[in-house]
Amino acid sequence: MNTSLLLIIITTALVNNVVLSQFLGICSFLGVSKQIKTSLSLGVAVIFVITLSSGVASLLYDFLLVPLHLEYLETIVFILVIAALVQIVEMFLKKTSPAIYNALGIYLPLITTNCAVLGVALTNVQDGYNFIQSVTAGFGTAVGYTISIVLLAGIRERIDEASVPLPFRGAPVVLLSAALMSIAFMGFAGLSL
Amino acid sequence: MNKYAERIYNGVVKENPSLILMLGMCPTLAVTTSAVNGIGMGLSTLAVLIFSNLIISFMRKIIPDQVRLPAYIVIVASLVTVVDLLLQAYAPDLYAALGIYIPLIVVNCIILGRAEAYANKVEPGLALFDGLGMGLGFTIALTLIGMIRELLGSGKLFGFSILPDSVSPIAIFVKAPGAFLVIALIIAVMNALHIKNNSADLVKGCDGCCNHCSKSGCQNEYKEDKPV
Repeated sequence: MNTSLLLIIITTALVNNVVLSQFLGICSFLGVSKQIKTSLSLGVAVIFVITLSSGVASLLYDFLLVPLHLEYLETIVFILVIAALVQIVEMFLKKTSPAIYNALGIYLPLITTNCAVLGVALTNVQDGYNFIQSVTAGFGTAVGYTISIVLLAGIRERIDEASVPLPFRGAPVVLLSAALMSIAFMGFAGLSL
Repeated sequence: MNKYAERIYNGVVKENPSLILMLGMCPTLAVTTSAVNGIGMGLSTLAVLIFSNLIISFMRKIIPDQVRLPAYIVIVASLVTVVDLLLQAYAPDLYAALGIYIPLIVVNCIILGRAEAYANKVEPGLALFDGLGMGLGFTIALTLIGMIRELLGSGKLFGFSILPDSVSPIAIFVKAPGAFLVIALIIAVMNALHIKNNSADLVKGCDGCCNHCSKSGCQNEYKEDKPV
């Protein structure tokens, strides 16, 4: 059991990296990766929300949708749960710990439309994961997201000081960096797990 | 040009969602391994976008402002479920190829973005044509990217072999890095053309704030009081 959970974490975080090989959460990956500090905060918020929402989505699917034969409503139910969860987390943090809220709060609204969150919930159901496996997969995926967005932010901080040819300024050079990172991450596919 | 044709032109050329606004990048990168997949994804999104724009425009005076986002999400998610079930029934091959990206149309920034930036402010006719224009722009961009990647990466075009057997295709273009690479180059070429024509607007993405995006830039309230 322990080794298989470890396997899920390695697979979701590195081998099938959510951003660089699944293309989920690209919007914030390209948008909020200007500085290492902010991207790390976003990463922490994403880890928190994805882990929580994978668990809740898994429970809802197994104990509400399956018994009622309403599996086809998964998309509607999951997106509403995620939106509600993000709101609750935001209100909870605002009340209980203003320090964390100030650091992470501004990213929370961006996370509702982060397709990685809904993507993980749907993939978990597709893969037939139980509650513990879903939470683990959610955590692993979010760690993979954080790794790649922080790495990209590190690259972009250096690109800022380089003189990039004019047509490549802005989005193209960021996408090129992501392409090179994606090639590097393809190496993990060779891991024999 | 009348105002309806202007909406189509706006969506396809002036504010092309994929190539100018850089919205909906997840499917743009993920499903464009072939031209057919690009068209399939584009048309599915087009269908959802037309109906979501239309419904949201009809209901713009009924939906209270405070709960508008959850209301939009329910409308969009219902439409996506319909498209999902239709594809599953009538186009199983395409359904299998697009996989998880079909339900993920719900969180495609283009749809909530258009609802928030346009459809909830105008009459249904204009909203419909805006959805049509944006959807067509998205479909054309995805098909174009799909054609380039399919040709370079597997030597085919719409499933038919184009290149002679002696030329071996560059497989990386149909793998993950190829997606980033092709889009980076397309945008760079467009930028180069803009620079040549002395037009100042380089392609700029939205800073991760999908639901509040239009060409004028980011209007996310969370960003205005606290810059990220």
